[in-house]
Amino acid sequence: MSSLGIPQHWRTIRERYRLLGARCEKCNTNYFPPRKVCPKCRRRGKTTQVEFSGKGKIFTYTVINASSKAFENYIPYIVGLVELDEGPRVLSQIVDCKPEDVHIGMEVEACFRKIFEQDDGGIISYGFKFRPYDDSWAKDYERNI
Amino acid sequence: MGVEEKAVPSMDEDTTTIAVEAARNAMKRAPEVKPGEFGAIYVGSESHPYAVKPTAATVAEAMGLTPNLTAADLEFACKAATAAMQACLGLIKGGYMKYGISIGADTAQSAPGDALEYTAAAGGAAYVIGGDGVIAEIEGTHSYTQDVPDFWRRDGTRYPSHAGRFTGEPAYFEHVIDCSRALFEKLGTSAKDYDYAVFHQPNAKFPLRAAKLLGFEERKVLPGMVVNKVGNTYSGSSLLGLAAILDMAKEGDRILMTSYGSGAGSDSFSMRLTDRVEQKRRLSPPVRYYIERREYIDYSMYARFERLLKG
Amino acid sequence: MGQFKRRDVAIISVGTTEFGELWDKGLKDLAWEAGVKAVEAAGIGGKDIQYIVFGNMSGGLFVGQEHVAALVADFLGLNSVPATRVEAACASGGAAFLQAYMAVASGMYDIVVAGGVEKMTDVGAGQAASILSGAMDYEWEAYFGATFPGVYALMARRYMHEYGLKADTLAKVAVKNHYHGSLNPLAHFRNRITEEEALSSPIVADPLRRYDCCPVSDGAACAILAPLEVARKYTDTPIIIRAVAQASDTLSLLGRGDLCTLKATVKAAGWAFEEAKVSRKDIDMVEVHDCFTIAELLALEDLGFCKKGEAEKLYSEGQTYVGGELPVNTDGGLKAGGHAVGATGIKQIVEVTRQLRGEAKNGRQVDGAEVGLAHNVGGTGATAVVAILSRR
Repeated sequence: MSSLGIPQHWRTIRERYRLLGARCEKCNTNYFPPRKVCPKCRRRGKTTQVEFSGKGKIFTYTVINASSKAFENYIPYIVGLVELDEGPRVLSQIVDCKPEDVHIGMEVEACFRKIFEQDDGGIISYGFKFRPYDDSWAKDYERNI
Repeated sequence: MGVEEKAVPSMDEDTTTIAVEAARNAMKRAPEVKPGEFGAIYVGSESHPYAVKPTAATVAEAMGLTPNLTAADLEFACKAATAAMQACLGLIKGGYMKYGISIGADTAQSAPGDALEYTAAAGGAAYVIGGDGVIAEIEGTHSYTQDVPDFWRRDGTRYPSHAGRFTGEPAYFEHVIDCSRALFEKLGTSAKDYDYAVFHQPNAKFPLRAAKLLGFEERKVLPGMVVNKVGNTYSGSSLLGLAAILDMAKEGDRILMTSYGSGAGSDSFSMRLTDRVEQKRRLSPPVRYYIERREYIDYSMYARFERLLKG
Repeated sequence: MGQFKRRDVAIISVGTTEFGELWDKGLKDLAWEAGVKAVEAAGIGGKDIQYIVFGNMSGGLFVGQEHVAALVADFLGLNSVPATRVEAACASGGAAFLQAYMAVASGMYDIVVAGGVEKMTDVGAGQAASILSGAMDYEWEAYFGATFPGVYALMARRYMHEYGLKADTLAKVAVKNHYHGSLNPLAHFRNRITEEEALSSPIVADPLRRYDCCPVSDGAACAILAPLEVARKYTDTPIIIRAVAQASDTLSLLGRGDLCTLKATVKAAGWAFEEAKVSRKDIDMVEVHDCFTIAELLALEDLGFCKKGEAEKLYSEGQTYVGGELPVNTDGGLKAGGHAVGATGIKQIVEVTRQLRGEAKNGRQVDGAEVGLAHNVGGTGATAVVAILSRR
């Protein structure tokens, strides 16, 4: 993990920061990560950039107890496959909740966090993680402090 | 000191991630502004994750504002972000851009066992500054700056140092009071003309005392006090307090905000709220939501998060 | 698959090393040992070998060595013979087998060596795990913190959710494979374990525990192929390759629709059974890719031996032991037999061959085995290779 080349890390910054994917204009299928070729339409299709909202549901998850060096400090951490509202599935960490609270079907939203830091003095990688979706604040705007 | 609890960052959070979260919330409240219309982004902090590599560039990328804008990281202890707001004002009034964003965020550091450890906290707030669609009109601003060694951190050292009781009178109070008074004079106003006042909050006592000295009743200051539940979020402090006020104030209310940064300086702003504040605030979570949504951790967990134990 | 006439191909000999932590054997030594055993068993000389195909996932990252097939040819004293390395992650061996089969079936070469080798213990466990994560989607799975057990755990949990799988079924898979491993002198692990031990082992990636995960092993395996029409010159028991089929699927779990099915296995199996003209009932034993216990269950279903979600029955009834209805992984599989990544696909071929020749010892022999199947998977199923072999 720490042998990651800088340009390789840089090329996926926008996808990691903003959940940028692609949509095939012909069949309207959304893809993440972005694809140059729609596997369904191939030459007949045309893909354009699309930014996903970050909302989704947990399709499956696991709790990692043994990891590579880059993620050692986070053990135990939750990794999940999140099905975005727009369709594609994304692999990411599930944060701000306990392992026992995670369940298949749980509503989550994307947040911006550190993915890892390269060994002492290397770059910091940022990207999306998912936390439980909570819009309780929206219903409750009249209360005073 | 009146601080009951303080916010600490999770292991995968830092000033940049906090800045992005605050900025995204600010953007949600400015739905009429397109990302390409931003001319400037500034992030003020004393805990930028890199000594050299701008937090502002990462935040700009995360918000999709790149590439046609100016950006910089500012440092002036706890008042970098308010200085950044003034920079945005200048660029807008000078006709150089339509909108700018200033973010104050910190994951404040403190040496174990030092008094600061009780209050040094993590948090941030972001403000979109612009010409149209404003929720608050900035009537005027004044700043007050001198070289005062009340609190500092040398490059390469991990924790800051401070000058104990010297941080009060000649530092915090002189700058906050004199700056606010100078603004009053500029605008021909006084405490009675304001509905709310918010100051930098290193602890719960200083801002209340400053308010009293300036002639503000406590009820005007309490709504902006977040330090007792959040701790001192350094560059985010006065901005977070202002956000708490904006969560509940109404059209026509007048607010004084005076920040303070060690080293030392203050920036004062006088603002009047428009009819848009009540509509727009519904678009993002209020400060109290973030305060209430918390998980308590013990000191050993905190030490692990802060990586106090090396190796 | 192609419809033009091809010749029939047979395996004339096999050889493997022991699988395990083999400190005093380097990559070359392992390949040499397996190669020499096979060559001597076939009674051929170096000048008879016309092509060498070797599976190896990552000589470069494990031991700093690329160009592995050329190295093997050199060390075996076979220079001038063309040698190619094939890589398909954990299916490197199976993919090499397909390439070797094609070389003989097409008529281009006559005697071809299909081998596989992996030397994994020269690096530490953490480093090995990191290298193996290259079998996943590095950019979008490993990068975000997924580990190899982690992605199979994602599949296991989904399978539990959709089909009600319980942890003790997974334990039964591990127990069975350790039992078979205990009868195999070349297996990495020869200890028997109990369900209780399996269920109380530490969690690696929930719900997968230590005993659900195969080890990191050193090892090599070799099979020598020849046209069937001349095979009896070299052996009295040539084993006929009835079919070898390979298929691909999405690299990462992101693009999969159904996480509980490895489409590549389904496709490859379909093509293989069609080509071999046998049915599932004809298969007497199978070697499947049990990199994790869940993978063995999925394999039996995807290969068509039972309906999706019903593999559990085979285990609760003990049918996958030698002597049962469908013996699975009679050499201990990957879990107990060991998983030297690039070698595994060939090791599976070797075990099927031994079973069909009646050469398995220690009570591991499946009575009257006539037809066997080997199933090798790369990563989480991006590559699958299915081979069907028969005695006649």
